[in-house]
Amino acid sequence: MSAKQAGAAPPRPEPRGEQPELARRVVSGEARAVARLISGLEDGDPAAAAALAALRGSRGRAHVVGVTGPPGSGKSTLCDKMIAELRGRGLRVGILAVDPSSPFSGGAILGDRLRMQRHALDEGVFIRSLASRGRLGGLSRATAAAARALEAAGYDWVIVETVGVGQSEVEIVKMADTVVLVSVPGLGDDIQVIKAGVMEIGDVFVVNKADREGADRVVREIRGMLEMAAGLAWARAEAAHHGPAPGSAAGSVAGPGAGGLPELPLDAEGHPVLPPILKTVAETGEGCAGLVDAVIEHRRRASESGALASRRLEAARAEMRSLIAYRLLDLLEGERGRGVEDSLARAVASGDQDPYSAAEELLAALSKGAIA
Amino acid sequence: MDRKIRILVAKPGLDGHDRGAKVMARAFRDDGMEVVYTGLRQTPEQIVQAAIQEDVDVVAMSILSGAHNHLFPRVTELLAAKGVDDVLVVGGGVIPEDDYEFLKSKGVAAIFGPGTPTKTTIDFIRANLKRK
Amino acid sequence: MSDIESLRKAVEAWKAGVAKSAAKFPERRASFVTGSGAPIESLYTPLSLEGRDLAADLGLPGEYPYTRGVQSTMYRGRLWTMRQYAGFSNAEESNKRYKFLLEQGTTGLSIAFDLPTQIGYDSDHALSQGEVGKVGVAIDSLADMEVLFDGIPLDKVSTSMTINAPAAVLLAMYIAVAEKQGVGADKLNGTIQNDILKEYVARGTYIFPPGPSMRLITDIFAYCSKSVPNWNTISISGYHIREAGSTASQEVAFTLADGIAYVEAAVKAGLGVDDFAPRLSFFFNAHNDLFEEVAKYRAARRIWARLMRERFGAKSPKSWMLRFHTQTGGSTLTAQQPDNNVVRVAIQTLAAVLGGTQSLHTNSRDEALALPTEESVRIALRTQQIVAYESGAAETPDPLAGSYYVESLTNRVEEEALAYLRRIDELGGAVKAIEQGYVQQEIQDAAYRYQMEVEKGERVVVGLNKFQIQEPKPKGLLRVDPSVGEAQVKRLHALKAKRDNAAVKAALADLETAAKGDANLMPPILAAVKAYATEGEICDVLRGVFGEYRPGSTF
Repeated sequence: MSAKQAGAAPPRPEPRGEQPELARRVVSGEARAVARLISGLEDGDPAAAAALAALRGSRGRAHVVGVTGPPGSGKSTLCDKMIAELRGRGLRVGILAVDPSSPFSGGAILGDRLRMQRHALDEGVFIRSLASRGRLGGLSRATAAAARALEAAGYDWVIVETVGVGQSEVEIVKMADTVVLVSVPGLGDDIQVIKAGVMEIGDVFVVNKADREGADRVVREIRGMLEMAAGLAWARAEAAHHGPAPGSAAGSVAGPGAGGLPELPLDAEGHPVLPPILKTVAETGEGCAGLVDAVIEHRRRASESGALASRRLEAARAEMRSLIAYRLLDLLEGERGRGVEDSLARAVASGDQDPYSAAEELLAALSKGAIA
Repeated sequence: MDRKIRILVAKPGLDGHDRGAKVMARAFRDDGMEVVYTGLRQTPEQIVQAAIQEDVDVVAMSILSGAHNHLFPRVTELLAAKGVDDVLVVGGGVIPEDDYEFLKSKGVAAIFGPGTPTKTTIDFIRANLKRK
Repeated sequence: MSDIESLRKAVEAWKAGVAKSAAKFPERRASFVTGSGAPIESLYTPLSLEGRDLAADLGLPGEYPYTRGVQSTMYRGRLWTMRQYAGFSNAEESNKRYKFLLEQGTTGLSIAFDLPTQIGYDSDHALSQGEVGKVGVAIDSLADMEVLFDGIPLDKVSTSMTINAPAAVLLAMYIAVAEKQGVGADKLNGTIQNDILKEYVARGTYIFPPGPSMRLITDIFAYCSKSVPNWNTISISGYHIREAGSTASQEVAFTLADGIAYVEAAVKAGLGVDDFAPRLSFFFNAHNDLFEEVAKYRAARRIWARLMRERFGAKSPKSWMLRFHTQTGGSTLTAQQPDNNVVRVAIQTLAAVLGGTQSLHTNSRDEALALPTEESVRIALRTQQIVAYESGAAETPDPLAGSYYVESLTNRVEEEALAYLRRIDELGGAVKAIEQGYVQQEIQDAAYRYQMEVEKGERVVVGLNKFQIQEPKPKGLLRVDPSVGEAQVKRLHALKAKRDNAAVKAALADLETAAKGDANLMPPILAAVKAYATEGEICDVLRGVFGEYRPGSTF
């Protein structure tokens, strides 16, 4: 995309400048403009960054909800039903459906939209498929920014759907206000969330396809994990109160999310609060209204307790770091960067230079602006 | 900048023969494109709305039922009505050659019939993108 | 030394000799494979069949396990039914085509419906735009069905209807037309496809989710076993699975897996296996690899017979027999040099006949381009007649039996298919395997592999990637008059104006009540049809109760 198409935007973000044309159209809710802005953000277009800068101030308006779980857990159908439920409540919904890019070709097949396509003609719904283009982790570099764009365009909820295959669930927690972790009976003997070691990120647990055999067992297994975590949280709270007794177990497991278990919030009396575990049948819509309620309830509590504010602070930090990482990669993969990197890489590969000093040299070249 | 070609693969109309559409979707992916697949029974309105939200460079449609002369032009008309003038529209399926001219006059840039190598379609798309 | 040992020695020596000469004169290719990609050895001998019990594996024609065919005399008794799938435009036009086909010597009708009819939409539905009368005939109500069969005595023909999700509605219409002709339902012969599972994986004309769809199917089984005893209540179809890109073994495996699911559903619904299993029929493809295709049919018969007898405890030999219809492979036809397709269809016809099919549709040469013209349809039918009367292939049952190669291929297809069946059982059966996208994924992988082989030239398709020529645009293709849609809509509206709408409303209300409960749905559907409720109205009632199926995506 050329800068001309995106409006008269400066090549770099210009936070105090005039609101670019593209930003104005996004705020007015024009679907094409929102779509174009997201593309620009995905492509690393400076004009898009400028437009996004002009959209600051809308942050915090939308409820950003991450939905993640293993392949085949019915996430897209669940999202489809959540859209219907939210629309029934008069809310506008943006969806970002993230699928992995092929590591071989860099291309991707984005098929999540298929299950939500019946909402295509609803002006209050905006569905966008994103390829992870994952040079760093499982989420697309633009996912957080795209959520901002949808927020600025006036969508009340922004649902980010990702396939839980490891990295992406951990990243989603860094950008979502509420994370819904979807599980399903019959995908294996263990609950998949435990396998992946990502229990700690769930704010709301869903056992989908709950009409299938084994659903109650999955619920019990999740509850067991959460109760173990509750025990730890309790011990932790006690330890903080009394100070760890010498050699006590409590002191040694006080680290956050030890052993892949969630760090649970405490209520006013210091009791750990278990996140809700809901059963849904996305195919029929059963339990989906309750899911929406639970997500709203989570945000209400988090907002009251201050957890939301601190999570957003972490999100901001994570997003900046990710932008820096991508910026560095962009520089390294640029023409001049590649040249410097290539010669250093050759030196390391042939044993003429050690990787540590080569990395230092590369970093120095970057910070001196020798690569830009 | 890291510009990827985004392409919507859709089956308008009611026919369920999606072998070709799915083979093409894979071939596009393997060529480095990002493919948004919308599946069967799509109305022209749904296709156009998806094309806009997904901000695709290309809309590729496949049809084997014979309803192409009705459905393909509906898509190009709706795109034009929405002011979308930078999306390349191509079609495939069982479509008599006699209809190619008519469809081209309606804004369908090319028709790829049975037996077309996937590479031919990919090369055409790469050479004829409206957005650079 | 035993005979087998001396043969082994001789074969080893032969192979050594071949290897030596191959060093000087290499074979055409590094490896040889079947149409489905299975490796082909340099020689087949009795050693290839070592360890198999030929008597138990083959049996005799008309005897368990029916590897050699389901009838003892096969085509010496009666030739297969030559059944040409046809239908387009409106009921009058299709009626004329059927009468033409009957005059040309076809022995059974095969009705093609347009897509709105197949998906339960009336011709005036928004999604029907541009589709009315295109790939088959448009049927909105009993009134259209009366025109479709006007002047065709339904007690004299056997009629196959390619209809799945709304099969119950179209069968009810057929029964009602027969009644008006004075023909009782017990005199009716024919088949409804009624195979919803392959719609989810390969053909795409589904309406309802799997649960209620399976109920409709078992309701039809139960109803017909009492009231329409000679009707084939389902045609479990591998045809479309193959068209979607599967291999021959996958075609057998996924079709039989669907068959198992139907049998299990019917048994679960309380039917006795021998009450409905004799009316189950199958529908396979015929592709170009002659020997592999023959092996495919033989393997399918053997597996099914053993499944029915051993797994389901069927007692009646009729329950063990896999009877099937064949259609030549639409996806094997090329749009390039379309006359070459006549030759392909001839080879495929031979495969179906050597494989012991019960009925056959031969594709017309121009089907990769458009709907077939009358001339093309005639050539297609003549192809069957030449194989029947001139080739000699019909003169003795299972003529390829005992060929080391064909028996080896039969064993191979059987083993591969059984491996798939075990995998599908592990996944919880065909319905679950489909819901999880397993079957779709396997088929799509095979389809993509095939396409890439063609594009790399590893697989030659004459006229397509080798021996191409510059061709003029094909001429004289058949087109459906675009005004057909409007005329059909007018007819529909006229019907709605003149029928007894109160009776329609009452019949639809009864149907809704029945659908919400667990009564057999055939009687209320038949009542609604006779009141001239439209197909769309009937299906809408069922959509309201059952919901609609929405697919996922697999790649």
